[in-house]
This record gives sequence, C-alpha cells and structure tokens, in this order.
Amino acid sequence: MVLTDIRQQFPILSRMVKGKPLVYFDNAATSQKPQQVIDALTHYYSFYNANIHRGIHTLAEEATMAYEATREAVRDFVGADATEEIIFTKGTTEAINLVAYTWGRQNITAGDEIIISGMEHHSNIVPWQILCEEKKAFLKVIPVTDEGELSIEAYKELLGSKTKLVAVVHVSNSLGTINHVNEIITAAHLVGAKVLIDGAQSAVHLDIDVQKMDCDFFAFSGHKVYGPTGVGVLYGKRELLEDMPVFQGGGEMIKDVTFEQTTYNDLPYKYEAGTPNIADTIALKTALDFITAVGKDKIRVHEANLLAYATAHLKTIPDLSIIGEAKDKAGLVSFVVKGIHPQDIGVLLDNMGIAVRTGHHCTQPLMKRFGIPGTVRASFAMYNQPEEIDVLITGLHKTIKMLT
Amino acid sequence: MEQRSIPEIEREIVEDFALFDSWEDKYEYIIDLGKKLAELADQYKIEENKIKGCQSTVWLKAFYNDGKVHFKADSDAVIVKGLISMLIKVLSGHTPEEILNARMDFIGEIGMMTHLAQTRSNGLLAMIKQMKNYALAYKIMQGTKNE
Ligand SMILES: Cc1ncc(COP(=O)(O)O)c(C=O)c1O
Repeated sequence: MVLTDIRQQFPILSRMVKGKPLVYFDNAATSQKPQQVIDALTHYYSFYNANIHRGIHTLAEEATMAYEATREAVRDFVGADATEEIIFTKGTTEAINLVAYTWGRQNITAGDEIIISGMEHHSNIVPWQILCEEKKAFLKVIPVTDEGELSIEAYKELLGSKTKLVAVVHVSNSLGTINHVNEIITAAHLVGAKVLIDGAQSAVHLDIDVQKMDCDFFAFSGHKVYGPTGVGVLYGKRELLEDMPVFQGGGEMIKDVTFEQTTYNDLPYKYEAGTPNIADTIALKTALDFITAVGKDKIRVHEANLLAYATAHLKTIPDLSIIGEAKDKAGLVSFVVKGIHPQDIGVLLDNMGIAVRTGHHCTQPLMKRFGIPGTVRASFAMYNQPEEIDVLITGLHKTIKMLT
Repeated sequence: MEQRSIPEIEREIVEDFALFDSWEDKYEYIIDLGKKLAELADQYKIEENKIKGCQSTVWLKAFYNDGKVHFKADSDAVIVKGLISMLIKVLSGHTPEEILNARMDFIGEIGMMTHLAQTRSNGLLAMIKQMKNYALAYKIMQGTKNE
C-alpha cells in the first residue's frame, strides 16, 4: 500500500486520544489538514493580513492576489471555464442556500417541481423545502434501492415539463454511493431543468470537471478537501449567474450606491458581500495544490484499497450489516450491528482512540428508508492505513463483546 | 431502612467508581446498569416524554407520590440508559426540594464528563435539567395545594 509517508505531513495524526494513537476515520465530516495548509494560515496572519480588493497598499495587494489565486486554483480544480464562475461561500450549505434564495426565488413558481434524491444531506433538502413552501412548488424525491443506489428509471419518470431543478448529491456521505450524475444531468436538461450537484463528498475523491458534467451548479466545502473550515465554493454557469438576482447586500457586491439606486458589481463579486474569509480562502489553494501534488488518481486507488480491505474484514463480524453496497463507492463504509445502537459503538470506540461517526449523518430521511436510527460510519482519507482498519476491527470485536 | 440523602448516594457511586482501574470496567458497569434498568412501560414511550437528541432517544417520566418524585426512563442506547440509571438511583424517591438542590458533582468525579454528558439535547446535563424541571413543577404544585 502506498502513501505511508504522507501521514507525517498531518501533525494531528501523531496525537494520542485517551492514551492511544488516534485513528481518525471521520474524514467525511471533516478532513485533517496538512502542515502546509496550517502554515498558509499563519503566514497570512503573520505577514500580509489585509482586507482585499479595496486597499492600495502593498499588504492589501498581496492579500488580494493570494485570494484571487485561490479562485483560479478552484477554477482549475473543478474544470470551470472562467474564474467569474467561481463564487466563494462559507461552505456547501451556504452555496446551496445561495442558489435557492437567488436562482430559486427568481425561477420557481407555483406548481413547479424540484427533484432531489432520497440520499440527500439535510443541506440539500431544507433549502428546497423552504423554497417550495414559499413558492407553492413541489419537492419530488428519487427513491433509493436496497443496495443504496438511486433508481434511475424512477428518476426519469419523475422528470417532466414542470421540473425546474434537479439537486442531487454526487457522493453520498452516509452510504458512499457514487451517483451517476452525468446521466442524471443529461436527462434533466432534456426537460429543460437545471441541475445542482452537491459535491461536498465528491470533490475530495473524484476528478471534477463541471464542463464535461455539464451541471449548472456545483457546490463543495474547503474543510472536506484538506482545507480550512469556513470556506466553500459555488460554481455556476456564467449565463445563470449573470441573470440571477443578488444574494446578500453590502461590501464588495456593489458597483455604485446612491440612496435611490444601487448597481451591482460584476461576477463573481456580485455574490460576495462583505469582507470574505480571506485567510481560509487563501489556504484553500494550498490544500488543492496539495491534493494535486499527491495526485487524485493515487489517492483514489489508495482509498479504494482501504475500502475493500475494511469491507472484507467488516463482513467477517457476526450480525454486522453494511448499509449501502452500491457498485460504485467512495472510500467510506456505513454499518449497523444487530441489537446494538450505533451510539454505543461510537462511545466505546472513542475510548480506544478511534474516531468514527455515528448517527444519521444529517440524512434522516435516508435512515428512515433503511429503517435504522443511524449507522456507524468509517470514512477514509489519503493518510489512513490498513493497520488502522485492523485497529478498528479489533476494537469492534471488543465493543460488541462489551455490549452483548 | 432509612432513606439515604442525595449526597450520600452520590458519594457511594464515586467510591464504587474509584475501585475500577480501567475504562472498560467503568463502561461494563454502566452497560450492566443500562441492561438492568427497570423497564418503562410502553404507554409512557410517547412523544411528550421524549428527550430527542441527535443520536439516541431517551424517554423520561416522573411520578409524584407522598411528596417524593420517582423517575422512570428508557433509551434505545444502552450506555445512555446506564447513565440515566445512575441519575435515577441518585434522584428518584426524594422531595422536589432535595432534587432541586442536588449538585450532581459525582458525574464529573467518576470521569464520565465526556461529550456524552454534554451533548446538547440528550446528554446527561440535559437529562438532569429535565429531572429538575419535573421537581420544580411538583414543588410549585405543592405550593399551590398548601395555599
Ligand atoms: C453530502 C453533503 N452535503 C452537504 C454537506 C454540508 O457541508 P457543509 O457543512 O460544509 O456546508 C455535507 C457535510 O457533511 C455533506 O456530506
């Protein structure tokens, strides 16, 4: 297995938890940060902390250049045509809300339909519910199969002339399923609907090419791609972003303000009101560069190996069932153990220094679909090692023994 | 047998825990308590008695007789259930006044003050608060009766 040396670049991985070496398997919630990213943050605050865009002094210029360099790096990372199409947000959730409040308010009217899927994160459910309620529109849901895949046939039946938007997750944070978004997008476009892809879990694992995908919007978060918290990205097709109304008012988003009328700034600033999260945005570039330097291909192979290894070993544990056995899966595995509440497993594993996620993973409707209160989820990153999976498996045996 | 005071029961639990020398022993004890906790009848497992949290569900019901508050509870997670069992052991069967005055320092002292204790909606602290709310309600009821 490769990527053993990478661990040294993540200082947190050498800490102890409850007297044991940390085994961090909660990467789908947030990934750990390499030293470079941490350094980028301190470097900004130590050497060129300044507000961006308006200042004419040296620090302001340096900060502005670094900030805009991230936009260019993101453009490249997602394969967008123009930097104007890259809007910085707080994260995936804010990016989705931005679309709901701007494009949604402008384009959704009574009787329209928005399609989401049965495996959406609450962040890609609630904004659409709010919009549908306000506009008297309808939310339709693509069913999830027992394997944890989206039923494409059912999806195609939901599509119709009333469908205005399809908003689906690229990689499920609860099941690991990689959705076939190309097919979903093509079908949506045939009925004239726009498509938003929730890339919160995919940006770190998959090669993203928004132009090839032809999605209309794509959202992801910095903190899940080895970058800082508090910064995320909305990609939108230029024509759409041009036509959409503004989101929040004030700061950089204006061109001219009089008390009678305000003209708005050009893209992407039109959507970036107020002083943005400068330091974290700058450090996001370092994170993306880091991923690129390691190589997504290499990371993917590594994580696929971890997934296969974990899956094989988990399957040997009696009464354990894996939830989500899609053919195409990213590096995460969710499971339940008969007669044991996931929280009990999580609490005991924590005492062994093992960090997993337990619960509904902010996908309550999906848990309901599978008739479970939640799962135990182990999600992998480039720095995880098979030995850590051994620790998890041993820990699980012990945990189950203590609980039964 | 004379009813022991809340601080006495608290002290006893702290002393019990001092005998454990590993986290496994502590948790095995709590899991055991959870398994042994008297069942809460299904009729009380209703929305109204739910302390709904992010992860596990807790049902808590209080009964009042002879000036004392009695608690019953259940949860779908056994560790939480064990922890509640300790709370019940400490607080159940005492007057509203005593319950309201209980300091519950033992939780910190037995080293269970983890995220489980603090989780916003169904952590131990939330549960204690709910138990004290019941006590307060009964105390007010008592007051109005005496008038
Ligand atoms: C699939 C998915 N969508 C959206 C989100 C929300 O991301 P954020 O909290 O960074 O806004 C997450 C995070 O867990 C996620 O996994």
